[in-house]
Amino acid sequence: MTFEQIKKNAIAEWEAFENNEKPRIYVGTATCGCSSGALDLIEKIHAELEQNHIEATVIEVGCIGCCYAEPLVDIAKRGRPRISYNNVTPEIISALITDYLINDNPRPDLALCTIGEGEISGIPDISDLPMFKPQVRIALRNCGYVDPENINHYIARDGYSGLIRALKMTSEEVIEEISKSGLRGRGGAGFSTGTKWRFCYNASGDEKYLICNADEGDPGAFMDRALLESDPHSVLEGMLIGAYAIGASHGYIYIRSEYPLAIDRLRTALEQMGKYQLLGDDILGTGFNFNIEIKEGAGAFVCGEETAMIQSIEGKRGMPYPRPPFPATSGLWGKPTNINNVETWSNVSAILQKSAEWYAGYGTEQSKGTKTFALAGKVVRTGLIEVPMGITLRQIVYDIGGGIQDDKEFKAVQTGGPSGGCLPVSTLDLPVDYENLAAAGSIVGSGGMIVTDSDTCMVDLARYFLSFTQAESCGKCVPCREGTMQMLKILTDITEGNGKPEDIDLLLELSEAIKLASLCALGGTAPNPVLTTIRYFLEEYESHIYKKQCPAKACKELISFYILPGKCQGCLICKRNCPVDAIAGDKRMIHLIDQNKCIKCGVCLEVCPSRFNAVTKVSGEQMITPKELISVGSWEKL
Amino acid sequence: MKAFREYFKNNRFNITCGEAKEIVDTKIIGVLVQFTRDRRNLIPVLQKVQEAEGYLSAESITEISHFLDVSENDVYSVASFYAQFRFTRPGDHIIKVCLGTACHVRGGERILDNVERELDIQPGQTTSDYKFGLERVACFGCCALAPVMVVDQNVYSRVTPAKTKKILELYK
Ligand SMILES: Cc1cc2nc3c(=O)[nH]c(=O)nc-3n(C[C@H](O)[C@H](O)[C@H](O)COP(=O)(O)O)c2cc1C
Ligand code: FES
Repeated sequence: MTFEQIKKNAIAEWEAFENNEKPRIYVGTATCGCSSGALDLIEKIHAELEQNHIEATVIEVGCIGCCYAEPLVDIAKRGRPRISYNNVTPEIISALITDYLINDNPRPDLALCTIGEGEISGIPDISDLPMFKPQVRIALRNCGYVDPENINHYIARDGYSGLIRALKMTSEEVIEEISKSGLRGRGGAGFSTGTKWRFCYNASGDEKYLICNADEGDPGAFMDRALLESDPHSVLEGMLIGAYAIGASHGYIYIRSEYPLAIDRLRTALEQMGKYQLLGDDILGTGFNFNIEIKEGAGAFVCGEETAMIQSIEGKRGMPYPRPPFPATSGLWGKPTNINNVETWSNVSAILQKSAEWYAGYGTEQSKGTKTFALAGKVVRTGLIEVPMGITLRQIVYDIGGGIQDDKEFKAVQTGGPSGGCLPVSTLDLPVDYENLAAAGSIVGSGGMIVTDSDTCMVDLARYFLSFTQAESCGKCVPCREGTMQMLKILTDITEGNGKPEDIDLLLELSEAIKLASLCALGGTAPNPVLTTIRYFLEEYESHIYKKQCPAKACKELISFYILPGKCQGCLICKRNCPVDAIAGDKRMIHLIDQNKCIKCGVCLEVCPSRFNAVTKVSGEQMITPKELISVGSWEKL
Repeated sequence: MKAFREYFKNNRFNITCGEAKEIVDTKIIGVLVQFTRDRRNLIPVLQKVQEAEGYLSAESITEISHFLDVSENDVYSVASFYAQFRFTRPGDHIIKVCLGTACHVRGGERILDNVERELDIQPGQTTSDYKFGLERVACFGCCALAPVMVVDQNVYSRVTPAKTKKILELYK
């Protein structure tokens, strides 16, 4: 079959699917959907359909990005847009099947938005939602729209047309196209993709390798996983284009083993490519050969670094080695190797499908195109977003994210994970691109974006990241291995109330040395969370050191829980729930916490009925409480 | 056993599972027969053996070492580098508490503290009756529902310290 025939069939299948008499029900079953109960919903849908004798097509799609609203179920009737329903429960399924499918009431009260052409009164279109309005979806173009296990869906939406275009160009022309688009690596460092390809293309050697970096090590980021789970072919097409451009015949996808669903969907996708002659020998009869193999990581953050990844694929301990030689000249098995991130590959296929000029039309002077972010933490609308470079942090946090939960105060947004930094209110109007975030002390990074509020302690957050990098340091070079250990020790001392005035200078000095002298970027960037928090939140460090006080009331050693004698009603709930029996009290007697026994787990605060609100958390204060048990009501009299 | 190893060494892998059964633990052999005897397969072999056995026993390390012709020392050196590999028998129920960034800022550490105290074990350990094992992980990708705790395949989201106790009760 020629590709034209394949595409014709795919389009026919897609149209038949969209124009079918039967209603279509889409369920988002990426990891976020599944963990909110999407799989149970599918069973429920089938049961309800059967019970009501309705025929419908139920399909599983990937993640549209509204993680806060999961599980999402969309229903489309012929000739009408999809209606997306959020936070769906089994009861809502029953209601929707009766109301919309049988009685044709689309239930605007339960709906989030419509997707696709057409209007339904009372329900906004997806592009009008505040969360989606500022977004531009290039890497995530198909996520939530196609069945990730059906290659025909991808092909019907212009998939693999980028490869077809590339195959008609010379290698150099393809590299030139990528250079012109201005695409920079989305894995963290932001190096020009076209330049990187050219290095590898120019390297001598008849055998070259290509690697897709799907290790996604930032502990609070899930862009690559969502993309691979929702639209694996966009990444695979990018890899084919890259392989053709640099002349590689073998490719690897290095993916974390914690991503079983993504691995599964990649396997299915590779099989389907093979059937269509899009993989293997003589791809589409053009004489171009390329194979892809999946390598599962084994749980080491440092393996996201290029040279460590190469070691790991070779079956060794994943320890980085000094460059040069760069992987582009001597990488896997000593052969020229090109490594790009998942999102980079998906952008590559989009650029070849459309054009370099189109892509470069988005973004800023130095940073073209779009970037995906995993928006999480204390914002109202958490999820996976894709925005043009140059958008401000304020737009991301407030317009897309809907602001801070429970109307609390914004404190900082953390970008770049353990290699990045915390950006305070004063940076909210900064346009997000590689240069601006670097100047502010952070990095764009791979796309983790965690919003924090007044309950998050910045010193503790810095300690958290250092504990991560310290544990993940491979141990090969001294500055990283010993330096992160010392920094962690100092930070732990500060959060435990044992900080000394000279600690801040010592942290700055250590940071400088570690940045300069580490072998790889793991150590080279590890001090960033500490440096930015010292730069923007020095007063929090000083509070901990001089006043032994944690302003956010987060550091366990510096907080105490008290039962307010004027409010306690002697209901025994906290006493019963205290895991260490630190609460004394009787029915209608004012309860007392034994501060020596208390482990500060916060259970009493959590379980105290909100109508009493009798438990309080303080830092650096002592409260006066009764010396012994007295009856409720007698405290004020004393 | 020795004869079998000779056989293995000399025959590039055309032994059937049936033949192997009598000689060595079939589980390991069943896994090894899927691979060629090439050092680059070390990590995938370790992963598959652990999947079959639940952990990497001293015997399986020996077996892998012979199969790939890599010293036991080397096998350990690679296996111990990666967080995924365990060398002791895991618990019947594996509890994973997320300490990714989103979960951290929403109190993941307090959840871990509570589970540690309830079970009286640290991450990486197993209760003495092998009922529970505890692990800390970085991000399940359900950051929107943080803090997250997973028991076996079941994801519990928006966990609170008081809730952890109830969740554990379900498995006791
Ligand atoms: C410690 C460390 C961890 C990294 N982890 C990842 C990762 O998980 N995913 C990724 O794509 N890049 C990661 N990188 C960046 C890669 O080394 C590399 O720059 C990237 O894969 C190149 O692809 P790109 O040019 O498309 O961004 C990491 C780098 C370091 C130093
Ligand atoms: S940080 Fe816990 S699920 Fe992402």
